[in-house]
Parts: sequence; C-alpha cells; structure tokens
Amino acid sequence: MNGVIQLAYFGVAVVFILGLKAMSSPVTARKGIVWAGYAMIAATLITFYTPGMQNYGLMITAIVLGGGVAWWSGRVVKMTDMPQMVAIYNGMGGGAAAAIAALEFARGGAHGVTATTLAVLGALIGSVAFSGSCIAFAKLQGIMTKAWRLPQQNLVNIVLAAVAVLLGLAIIVTETPPSAIVIAFFVVALALGVILTSPIGGADMPVVISLLNAFTGLAVGFEGYVLGNPALIVAGIVVGASGTLLTQLMAKAMNRPIKNVIFTPITGAAAGGGEAIEGSMKELSALDAASVMRYASKVVIVPGYGMAVAGAQHKVWEMAQLLEEGGVEVLFAIHPVAGRMPGHMNVLLAEAGVPYDKIFDMEEINSDFPQVDVALVIGANDVVNPVARTDKSSPIYGMPILNVDMAQNVIVVKRGQGAGYSGIENALFFRDNCRMLYGSAQQIIGEVITHVKALEV
Amino acid sequence: MEGITALYIFMLAAFTGYEVISRVPVILHTPLMSGSNFVHGVVLVGAMVVLGHADPADPTQLAIGFVAVFLGAANAAGGYVVTERMLAMFKSKSGGAQ
Repeated sequence: MNGVIQLAYFGVAVVFILGLKAMSSPVTARKGIVWAGYAMIAATLITFYTPGMQNYGLMITAIVLGGGVAWWSGRVVKMTDMPQMVAIYNGMGGGAAAAIAALEFARGGAHGVTATTLAVLGALIGSVAFSGSCIAFAKLQGIMTKAWRLPQQNLVNIVLAAVAVLLGLAIIVTETPPSAIVIAFFVVALALGVILTSPIGGADMPVVISLLNAFTGLAVGFEGYVLGNPALIVAGIVVGASGTLLTQLMAKAMNRPIKNVIFTPITGAAAGGGEAIEGSMKELSALDAASVMRYASKVVIVPGYGMAVAGAQHKVWEMAQLLEEGGVEVLFAIHPVAGRMPGHMNVLLAEAGVPYDKIFDMEEINSDFPQVDVALVIGANDVVNPVARTDKSSPIYGMPILNVDMAQNVIVVKRGQGAGYSGIENALFFRDNCRMLYGSAQQIIGEVITHVKALEV
Repeated sequence: MEGITALYIFMLAAFTGYEVISRVPVILHTPLMSGSNFVHGVVLVGAMVVLGHADPADPTQLAIGFVAVFLGAANAAGGYVVTERMLAMFKSKSGGAQ
C-alpha cells in the first residue's frame, strides 16, 4: 500500500507542475486549475490509506469545516475583493505548515538535526506568513485602516527575528524542547509577521501578498522534508520559487525593490518633495467627451482601481462597444500594477466581458500613444503621472508609467481634485492636452453613453 | 530521506518553479499567484498525516492537529474556488462569449 501511495504522490506532483505550466497561458489556464484540482482530491483521498493513522473522525470534521467555510467564502466574495481572499487562504496554508511543525515538536516526531532545523525554519516562515497574511487581509478588507510604524521599526524587526532564531536554535539543540520554549518561539514568530506587515501601505500590498505566498510555499516544502513527503517538498518549493519570481516581477513593475517595500514603506511624510507644477486643470463636459471620442479613430482606455471600486467596468465596456459600432478603434491599456495586484484589472475587465485580445500591457502599447486620438483615464493616477519620467526629486521617479500624456487628447475621469493614493500631485492633469471629466465613474460614463447614442441619430 | 537527496530535490524543484512561470503574461499574474496559492494547499496532506499520528489521548496534540487540517483544507478549497472563478472569465472574442 505504501508503494501505491508514494506513486500517487509522485503523479500528483507531476500534475501540479503541468497545471501551473498550463496556468501561465490564457488559452489553457482554466484547464490548468482543473487538473490541479483533481490532483488535490486524489492526494487527499489516497492519504486516508496511510498505514497506522488514527483520529479519522476529527480529521474528516476538520476537512469538512475548513474546506466548507473556505469554499463558501470563495464563492460569494466579490471580484474586487479577490486579493484579500488570496491573502487569507495563503495565510491559512502558512498556519497549517506552522501547526504541522508544532505537532511534530509536541510528539517528538522530528528526528535528527536536519529534520529539526527544517521543521523550525518552516514553522518560523509559516508563522510569519500566517500572521502577516491576516494583517494584509485586514488592511485590504478595510478592517485595519491605518498603517502604523513603531519607533525604531527596523531595529524591532531585527531584534524579534534574532530572538526567534535563538529560540529556534534552542529547539534544535534540545531535541525534546520544553513546551515553554516552543510556545515562546511561536509567539515571537507570529509577532514578527504582524510587525513586518503593519507599516506597509496599500500600494505595496500586492508585493507583500506575493512574497508571503512564496514564504508559505517554502514552509510547506520544509515541512514536507520533515514528514518525508516528496509531494509536499516538490509542490512547496515549486511555489516558493515561482512566487519569488512573481514577487520580483511585481516589484520591478512598481520600481519598488523588495527591501524598500519592507524597510522603507511610502508614508505620508515620505511622499512630500517633488517640484511644484505649473498650469491649471481644465474641465470638460460629458457631452464634449462623448463627441471627442465618437469622432476619434483610436481611443485607448486606461482603467485604474478607482474604476473597479466604482464598479464602472460594465458601463465602460458598454461605452466601448458603442464607440466600436461607430467605427472607432477602442483598446484597453493596463499598467502592471493597476488594481491591487498585477493582472487584477484584467480579471475585472474580463468579468465585464471585455475580450482579452483588446487588452494590452504597458510595454505593448506605450509606443503607440502618439498615434492615439483620445486616451481616457478612469480612476488611475500615479501610473500615468509623467513626473515619474521627468522629475528626479519625485518619490515615484523611475516608476514605469503609461505614456498617456503623449496622446493627442487626454480625458481624465476623476471624482474631484486632489492627489492620488501616494499623495503626489499629478502633472498630467495640468498639461495642455488634458481635460478633466469630474464625477463618479459609474454615473459620468452613463452620461457619456447617453450623449454618444444621441450623436448616432 | 537522505539530506543530500532532499537538497537535490529542493534545487530541481526551485528551477522548475522558476522556469514554469517565467513566460507568463502580466494578465495572468493574479490568477497564477492564486493558482500557486492553491498548489501549496497540498499542505493538507501533511496535516492529515500528523493528525493521524497524533496521540488520541493527548488533547493538545489533537487540537494542534485539528487546526492544521482545518487550515490546510481551507487553503486548498479557498485557493481552488477563487482561482477557478478568475480563470473562468478569460475568453477571447473568437473563443465564444458567454
């Protein structure tokens, strides 16, 4: 039986890798997750046949409860709230890895220095992923609104990490550690996750979630070694590596090195600086906006998180279809960090029914902007701010942006005057080719639609 | 398992993880993060094994094991549902709209 189980785990590991591979192309992505899902069911079922196991009643209860709650919450959550759900499910995985280590310590299951060391490492990383993800969830869900920083934050982080490592060493050295040490170790590790994540602001959140996802992968891989389970090792380490790469890609897109995200978060105080901007903001009406776009030949829509919050993506797509019927070419341009995670905006547009071949990445479309008649910016701000290209003293200098300022006309839909998420004034709004269309996205695009329809007659 | 064998597995798995997603388009970053989040939900299997070997007479062990399985199952189930919902929405004009 053991041989069969091991063989099944091997197959599961292969399918997971194939599934991840399939998930990296839009054509096969759906198949990828379904394959991986079957593999997960197979792995779970075959595990029941592991020789010498007890406590089946408790086990099944835990699976039904945990799986049921998560299944239900994942079904009912709104698409805009997806990022925090990913964060919380990830945190649970980290917590599970940490709990596995805790149980191994409690029953003296980890033997030898290598196994104990990896158990401790997995427990530390898993605990940080757990408590850190809970904070990330609380922030994105709006439960925790303030990013607080301790005085000497970085010193506190280092001291806590050092204490956790020392306690971990104590566990490794003593082989059968007293429970006081184990408990202290977990308390410090969990506190470290909280304190590391708390000062990090909204815009850096995706990078943190991705990093914690990679952490959980590593923790799972390490605990896999402790349990002698290659499926856990392979799946965990594959996720650890791909998660690290994904984190780097995101951090690069935001021009925020990972160490800056963690050690020097952008806060209100740090967002000062930058040169004063000359010129004034110029307003236009929904009617003018409608006619400018209706008689354009190429319109590029740049959606930001503001559009998603307003739930305006359906209206925007309705308007785009209307313009297309009139012979206007309409495309969508997406900044890598539009929304709250890379690719999040694509998901939201896809939900509204926008086909993905109308959606373009920053690199694909940036050189086209001089040939664009109208760039319509909806609820995006920092990612179209030209000071990132021009003003070396600005905190966002060097961040890759969508070059909408190079379009013939720019229309910015915005709720009112004021700076963006990072608190930086947007030089784009003061340009001669830029007009402001004030109002909530949902309602103002509705008005534009009415006017475009009127122009058809 | 031999420590050195495990080291090789770690190394090869790390390269695999890096290679498998190295050519992913930006539009799939979020679903892929969610998908990889689901894959490490296999921690459920490990949690089941440790709970299965916990001492039935020791409530502390049973409680920790229960928490491990509960969290692992939530990771797997939630990760699957969320990823599947996101990916179900990807369609091209030619690929048949709903």
